[in-house]
Amino acid sequence: MSEWETVIGLEVHCELRTATKLFCGCRNEFGAEPNTLVCPVCLGLPGSLPVLNRQAVELAMGIGLALHCQVKPSVFHRKNYFYPDMPKDYQVSQYDEPINVEGWLELPDGFRVGIVRAHMEEDTGKITHVGGGGRIHEAAHSLIDYNRAGVPLVEIVSAPDLRSAEGARAYVSELRSILVATGASDGKMEEGSLRVDANVSVRRPGEPFGTRCEIKNLNSLRSLGRAIEHEAERQVGVLEAGGTIAQETRHWDEAAGRTLSGRTKEQSEDYRYFQEPDLVPVAPDDDWLTGVAARLPLLPAARRDRLAEVTSMAGTEVATLVELGLDDLVVEAVGAGAEARVAVNRAANEVAANLSGLGNLTSASFAKVVRMESTGKLTPTQAKAVLAELLASGGDPEEVARDRGFEALAEDALAGVIDKVVADNPSEWERYVGGDDKVVQFFTGQVMKQTQGKANGAAVAAALRARAGRS
Amino acid sequence: MAGDHPGRPISRPDVVHVAHLARLELSDEEIDLFTGQLAAVLEHAADIAALDTDGVPPTSHPLPVRNVLREDVVVAGLQRDEVLAQAPAPEDNRFRVPRILGESP
Amino acid sequence: MSRRRALDTAAAVRAGELSAIEVLEEHLGAIEAAEGDVHAFNLVLADAARARAEEIDRQVAAGSDPGPLAGVPVALKDNLCTRGVATTCSSRILEGWVPPYDATVVERLRRAGAVVVGKTNLDEFAMGSSTENSAFGPTRNPLDLSLVPGGSSGGSAAAVAAGFATLGLGSDTGGSIRQPAALCGVVGAKPTYGLVSRYGLVAFASSLDQIGPFAVDVPDAAALLEVIAGHDPRDSTSLNAPAPSMLDGLSMGVDGLRVGVVSEMLEGVEPAAAAAVQDAAEALARVGARPDKASVPAAIYGLSAYYLIAPAEASSNLARYDGVRYGLRVDAPDVTAMFARTRAAGFGAEVKRRIMLGTYALSAGYYDAYYGRAQRVRTLIIRDFEEAYRSFDVLLAPTTPGPAFPLGAKVDDPLAMYMNDICTIPSNLAGHPAISVPWQAPGASLPVGVQVLAPALGEPVMFRVAAAIEALAPPRPEQGAGR
Repeated sequence: MSEWETVIGLEVHCELRTATKLFCGCRNEFGAEPNTLVCPVCLGLPGSLPVLNRQAVELAMGIGLALHCQVKPSVFHRKNYFYPDMPKDYQVSQYDEPINVEGWLELPDGFRVGIVRAHMEEDTGKITHVGGGGRIHEAAHSLIDYNRAGVPLVEIVSAPDLRSAEGARAYVSELRSILVATGASDGKMEEGSLRVDANVSVRRPGEPFGTRCEIKNLNSLRSLGRAIEHEAERQVGVLEAGGTIAQETRHWDEAAGRTLSGRTKEQSEDYRYFQEPDLVPVAPDDDWLTGVAARLPLLPAARRDRLAEVTSMAGTEVATLVELGLDDLVVEAVGAGAEARVAVNRAANEVAANLSGLGNLTSASFAKVVRMESTGKLTPTQAKAVLAELLASGGDPEEVARDRGFEALAEDALAGVIDKVVADNPSEWERYVGGDDKVVQFFTGQVMKQTQGKANGAAVAAALRARAGRS
Repeated sequence: MAGDHPGRPISRPDVVHVAHLARLELSDEEIDLFTGQLAAVLEHAADIAALDTDGVPPTSHPLPVRNVLREDVVVAGLQRDEVLAQAPAPEDNRFRVPRILGESP
Repeated sequence: MSRRRALDTAAAVRAGELSAIEVLEEHLGAIEAAEGDVHAFNLVLADAARARAEEIDRQVAAGSDPGPLAGVPVALKDNLCTRGVATTCSSRILEGWVPPYDATVVERLRRAGAVVVGKTNLDEFAMGSSTENSAFGPTRNPLDLSLVPGGSSGGSAAAVAAGFATLGLGSDTGGSIRQPAALCGVVGAKPTYGLVSRYGLVAFASSLDQIGPFAVDVPDAAALLEVIAGHDPRDSTSLNAPAPSMLDGLSMGVDGLRVGVVSEMLEGVEPAAAAAVQDAAEALARVGARPDKASVPAAIYGLSAYYLIAPAEASSNLARYDGVRYGLRVDAPDVTAMFARTRAAGFGAEVKRRIMLGTYALSAGYYDAYYGRAQRVRTLIIRDFEEAYRSFDVLLAPTTPGPAFPLGAKVDDPLAMYMNDICTIPSNLAGHPAISVPWQAPGASLPVGVQVLAPALGEPVMFRVAAAIEALAPPRPEQGAGR
């Protein structure tokens, strides 16, 4: 396989997080009872007409801006074809005047993938195949639910810049983060919020692109990676045996671990695109665009840059923290005087292990714990315990530390305790002064007992040595 | 070439192809009849092929309207039983169709 | 039979001088007497109409105002969605389909106090010029039962002509209101595109379709248009400007108005049609208008452009009739066969013809030559109209090439049938308003229509000139069904 290069382009369909559908006021909601979120418009009843959802347009604009696209005046077109999940037997989509064109997406490792376009379109209904194991080819008949028909989608088409399954996964992962960050998507691939089609071909480096096959509807990163790898191998196998690749749509069979050919079509589909006469063009003016841009939050790449700069770190740890959404925490902690290294460690370990408790932890309290640890007020163990409690039930770090008795002892208080312990254990003390190092553990233990663990072990040892007149 | 009238009139295979695109099952007689009738109409429409439309933009809408949008607010839709009452084959609260032979394009 | 005008009826009902029930029963009586011959209706809603009329009378008795069309009987073309009432588009594929919602115009009519007497017959899915393409049998012209009433809104035109209703609503895509109005001897108008909401109008060709009024006279047509016009947020193509007043200025006269007789539209029409326009122009001149020759050169290409654009949009609009969610279904072992058999069984020949024409015009390889080019011709027509309106306030033309023709005369020749629309189509392509006013020369056995065309939102001047023509037209023989 090494003399072959895999070429991958990805089409990602993103369901937009709007309250209502693209062209009607029906609720945009996953998992409702079948055919309860429908109206004349999304059912395509005779006489119905579409009216465009403003919020969907704004989210689409946001996606375009986040992907560094040109956001342009656009129109809708009808894509005409017959299929039972399509209420009108045409899909309202965008054809040669889409809203977003010519952008790019930067992967965490710095590689840039071109974005050809990101356009708006409506989703179809959902088909359930009955009989034959629920698969289309053996089904006796099918049942259709139109709740999803008319849900707004943005289809993001990448340039064929990816060269590995790994890269494809990184692309989808990063794109997902961006889409979630802009508020456009909830990122739930398992609910179909993001659906990926992969176009895969192979070639010997330097040669023109080979014939590609499209693998449709990959709904997890894992299937995406496996399907691409399998398909590339399949194509290489065919070519090395002297055959040619038929341009076709294929499906990934998770159980079998291979791609299967879709129904062969004698002719390719003729969608007979023409401009949608029931809708008017969308022309975002500068004010609107500026407003949308201003409302965009910091996006993943910018977050990585910021975190790297603030912590003087790089690489996977930075990327992981951003992916987990913990970079704000660290950046604010460092800004409040916490030591970067400690902040990163606590975030990457204790907080990351306990993400469900993130709501209980404020960035101020996180910053405080980290500062308490860096200045020695808390031992690492104590700091972890305080954090765990904050994540579990919130609160103020200093109070939590006090309640657990973690408060570091003042120096004279410590001296007082040592005096007592020494006075209570004269023979042991004589042995220590005489040079028996092992006894220090006994005394440390006694001091810890007396102070209920509040003393700092290192400080106690140092004080004992000083007391004994030893260096 | 773009904009030119296709040199040949509509043929019977064209009509068969178009009938399939439009999902219309036609009899042989109908195909023959329509081939002749459509050819006559298209022949007449060829007069516009003679017009110089270079540089003339197409009109998709008679109105110069832009940006007609609605707010993202839920509006009550239809009751399911009202919808399914009109369905030719309702089953399990959904619309039943016979075997679908191919994937969505 | 002398006809009470809609405005007079409404005024009398609102004032309590006339009961809505009485008005309705008169019309139901006319229906009973002649509907068997005319077949204007797919569905007569006698019971519902009576209930509505009684409700209106109760409202008046209680001192409230039912609205500007109180008690006026109206006939609705059966491609307008009426909640709970079958809406068939005169097609087998929608036989028995009951919409769960009302079209916007229907809502507005109800709020105005009108009484819907029934759903009228049409050419299937509004495709035709004679109402012979209905799946439920043709409508006959009340002026002469051996003749067509025109189409596609033949049922509504006939209903008004026969006295079955005082007002009617139809839809006009290439002339489907104006042409049957002309053939039946009533007034019919198509408004500016976007003036009347299309929400609830079963679509034929979306960029051309408009709903409009049928009436016995111009003021009634204006009154009806005023009730149904205005912005609708459910229709993205609905104009967001205030609708012009249709009734104000109606009797202002035509002094000083520049009236252009479109020369291209006089060519190839029958002498009676051309003569009516010339006579109307001369009559207008006698009361102060300034008629002259006008030219809209690209209008001659309108027919060709229309018969590419309209079927193309229709082929897409009618794709939804596939047997899955409503309407006719013909079972088959697989869904593709089900689609194809359902549509073959459910659609008539003309609909199939246009779907195929439209599909072809849009298909790969032909888009630029056909649909693409037709959309450019549309621009040329719009420009020529704009140029003409620099010199004229309104334009005049025949509505149709000739008067009503016999049933069966043109059914086997689609192209000959399409020629009916030659004078009406350009207004649809341009999105401009136009109205047909009946004109019957002394001694002529049938009326023809004189068409007044105006620029976008030019309804006020259009109605003004139409009212003047109506007042100047030769007196017509008394109308009654059958004669």
